[in-house]
Amino acid sequence: MSKQQNSSANPALTDDGPIRRFLNATEIDTRMIGMIVALFAIWCAFDIASGILRGNFGGLLGGSFLTPRNLWTLLNQTASIAVMTTGMVLIIVMRQIDLSVGSMLSLVAVAGGVLQVYQLGPSLGVGHPAIWVLAIIAILALGTAIGAFNGYLTAYAQIPSFIVTLGGLIAYSGVAFLLAKGETVAPMDKTFKVLGGTIPASWIGPFWTWTLSFAACALIVFAIVNGRRQRVRFKFPLRPVWAEVTLAALGSIAVLGAAAVVNSYAWPPKLAENYAKENNITIPPGVEDKAGDAICMAGDAVVRCLEGLTLGTGYAAPVLIAFAIGAIMSFIATRTRFGRYVYAVGGNPEAANLAGINTRWLTVKVFALMGFLVGVSAIISSARLDAATNALGALNELYVIAAAVIGGTSLAGGVGTIYGAILGALLMQSIQSGMGLLNLPAAFQNIVVGTVLVIAVWLDQIYRRNVK
Amino acid sequence: MSNIPLIEMRDISIAFGGIKAVDHASVDLYPGEVVGLLGHNGAGKSTLIKVLSGAYKRDAGQIFIDGKEVAINNPRDAKALGIETIYQTLALADNVDAAANLYLGRELRTPFGTLDDVAMEAATRKVMHRLNPNFRRFKEPVIKLSGGQRQSVAIARAIHFNARILIMDEPTAALGPQETAQVGELIKQLKSEGIGIFLISHDLHDVFDLADRLTVMKNGKVVGSARTSDVDHDGVLGMIIAGKCPPGAIPGPGALQSAA
Repeated sequence: MSKQQNSSANPALTDDGPIRRFLNATEIDTRMIGMIVALFAIWCAFDIASGILRGNFGGLLGGSFLTPRNLWTLLNQTASIAVMTTGMVLIIVMRQIDLSVGSMLSLVAVAGGVLQVYQLGPSLGVGHPAIWVLAIIAILALGTAIGAFNGYLTAYAQIPSFIVTLGGLIAYSGVAFLLAKGETVAPMDKTFKVLGGTIPASWIGPFWTWTLSFAACALIVFAIVNGRRQRVRFKFPLRPVWAEVTLAALGSIAVLGAAAVVNSYAWPPKLAENYAKENNITIPPGVEDKAGDAICMAGDAVVRCLEGLTLGTGYAAPVLIAFAIGAIMSFIATRTRFGRYVYAVGGNPEAANLAGINTRWLTVKVFALMGFLVGVSAIISSARLDAATNALGALNELYVIAAAVIGGTSLAGGVGTIYGAILGALLMQSIQSGMGLLNLPAAFQNIVVGTVLVIAVWLDQIYRRNVK
Repeated sequence: MSNIPLIEMRDISIAFGGIKAVDHASVDLYPGEVVGLLGHNGAGKSTLIKVLSGAYKRDAGQIFIDGKEVAINNPRDAKALGIETIYQTLALADNVDAAANLYLGRELRTPFGTLDDVAMEAATRKVMHRLNPNFRRFKEPVIKLSGGQRQSVAIARAIHFNARILIMDEPTAALGPQETAQVGELIKQLKSEGIGIFLISHDLHDVFDLADRLTVMKNGKVVGSARTSDVDHDGVLGMIIAGKCPPGAIPGPGALQSAA
């Protein structure tokens, strides 16, 4: 017994193979490694398959999936679902569910659209700088309020959240339809649109992408050093130095690699041409080649070519928002009392109650937070589409729940991580956009997505049984 | 011992859907004293104690601490008054580690308002070392711990915050003989520090070993109370089974009238 205890207290000292020793020493979540491997495998498979079906578009393995353009788009498409998934993790960890997020997204997006297009636009003048600010505040406030209402019904009226939010799923989309009068509300305010990632103003460019990425690397190193210093201060067992260095290196490589990819996605030629002309940037002469994404002058005409002027897009606003939300939500989940209580309630609601935690009020807060995040996603989605419709969030609840579950959140409660759920969202979106790239019919895509969800949870069950 | 009881529960009643789980029960506890609460399953002892720990809200009755009436409406109130409870079910959040359970509801925080996990773990290591020197599994969720280890986490939580009144509901039910002896030692030590302890137990030997007085309940009513030195096992069994008060015990409202 005591030997077993020692081995678990000092994992680095056991006589396992090198891989196990590496995993133990770095304390990396093996489940996360599995997800990352699966993600890369899916990416490679799509790249190869798209290469076979449609020819080479510059992908790493001869297809069109592993191109900066596709990966950049993938990140933007994932942002909205990823933001909501971070909130869904806490909801599910607390043994609740929120089926209404899709309809709620439609509702708050339409409300924000109506406010911009029919109210503020005419009264303040189209393009007035206060419009986007007021629209954002209204959307976030409405989302938070609806979420709190869901939470109130669940916690104080004691209606199961499944029923409350199933009702919301049906009712909120009806409200959205009435608000929009069945129409598409468009166009959005031009500053508001920046948050959608579709226009040059929402791309931060290579300089800021590198700056932010290096800052993120510094943060990783700081976190590791600080954690070690704390453990030294209290004389706790330490990770070996090589493991700490490896962790810092892996984290930094991932951050900088992602930055390199998004920076190498060039502005679309037409936009780059306009930008160059407006800012008096000379476009170098060159030879036309339709496969290139740079622009050059062939005689008097601006054409696409391999060598010439390129403007890197860098990260787009939705991706930055999603990163920020992911970081903040991870912080809330692991470093704050609120997060600790959410997990404790999920682990044993009775115990949490006896420990003096106000579980009802906590439930309201968690649902309100979910509503706030739905508001953030509504802003991203409607800005991206440049329109709001009552179908904007249709089926989003299922993708969000699926992403959280694929990311390792247990429906039994008490277990789940924010980063896992974001990876889950990326995995789901990769499968969907990969199949889109292969021109697979929508019906077939649905079959695959549904199957992947079930298989992912099945594999997770096997993993959890064997890991103990 | 002073004359003012540390805790006095007077005429406590609570009913669940028409069933009187506790019916005009009164108990008291002096500083540095261990009072055993005995009775069948369903006699109302756990319910009575949950009224004191704030888990249940009483329908009637008063609670006095140091002679002053106090309001206990939820577990937070009870903890604020220095009443700590070790529940029979342990009431641990299974998915988080020992330190998180120890500090559940009163986490230590850094100047930035974030959880100070390192400080909590350090304090947990200290208190756990006192209770269970072999315990090393500070990083694992408590569901992975053995019954005895879980029990020591629950006990650590109760004694770590300078409790004045400790409620132990079947504290040794999940333990082996050696660990049971450890808990006995602990109770004696806490007692010497002036802490008052309510000990709920099925085990007569435990109660006679550790308790100064005992109170027996039956069908929600107090059968009687006695100093452990004034009664014997058979007499107490008679109280538990038949509600009959032996000589030496002070009969309560639940005692058989003819027995007096």
